[in-house]
Amino acid sequence: MAMTIEKAHVTTPSDREVKVTRSFRAPRELVYKAYTEPQLVQRWLLGPPGWSMPVCEMDVRVGGRYRWRWRNDQDGSEFGFAGTFREVQAPSRLVHTEAYDPGTVGDGYPGNEAIVEVSFAEDGGVTTVTTLIDFGSKDARDAAVATGMTEGMEQSYQLLDALLPERTA
Amino acid sequence: MDSSVSSRLDAAFLALADPTRRAILARLARGEASVAELSAPFAMSQPAISKHLKVLERAGLISVGQEAQRRPRRIEGKPLAEVSAWLDRYRAIWDANFDRLDALLMDLQGQPSRRRRTRKKR
Repeated sequence: MAMTIEKAHVTTPSDREVKVTRSFRAPRELVYKAYTEPQLVQRWLLGPPGWSMPVCEMDVRVGGRYRWRWRNDQDGSEFGFAGTFREVQAPSRLVHTEAYDPGTVGDGYPGNEAIVEVSFAEDGGVTTVTTLIDFGSKDARDAAVATGMTEGMEQSYQLLDALLPERTA
Repeated sequence: MDSSVSSRLDAAFLALADPTRRAILARLARGEASVAELSAPFAMSQPAISKHLKVLERAGLISVGQEAQRRPRRIEGKPLAEVSAWLDRYRAIWDANFDRLDALLMDLQGQPSRRRRTRKKR
């Protein structure tokens, strides 16, 4: 039986939060690894097309820091996120802070830190990853979501639409 | 984001944060209905349903038809489209990343990525 893996499910459980849920056809240890080993993270956590991830440093233990930075392949502009791990429970749960690093892109994003909780649950070889982001305020959440509203996003959205029939086939 | 869009989104999200109201919207998406018709599938009194309808109406998600007797409720597309556009574009970033993660997980498990798989006939 081929279980269909749905697209990411995004909801807003409260004024300050966004919750993203997605399932993967892989054991949870492996999914956890893909989330916590920098050389693996660099292969998927890239965002819109045309961006690469030259910096991915992660010290995955309670109190350990991480630093992610993305670079635009065309104009070289950069931005990133950085924070500290608050909870590390392999392979089921990660909690970290997340502060925006404006790099050379700047603006648009309030300076406060978000708290990100990632949980990994496995059922019959399918791992569901739930990411709960508490932006600390409604304004910060709305601003973060609004950064998705750029041309690049629209382009990748169309790309995904084109891929969708293949995925659900 | 333009502030009127933002306050409309607030009202819409508040209205959508309830399973009965989402079920009512799902019903209205199939066509307009009176309060009595809307109450039927729920184990709820008409006044309870009317309360939910008020919240949906205030958020602009539904409107009341002119027909005096039935006063049918109908769905209003625009605020829902705004909610959907707001989240869809955000979701697209996650989707692009998760698609790559899918491919990576397939790789790590030694399976050909489904996207690259070609049909071979023997």
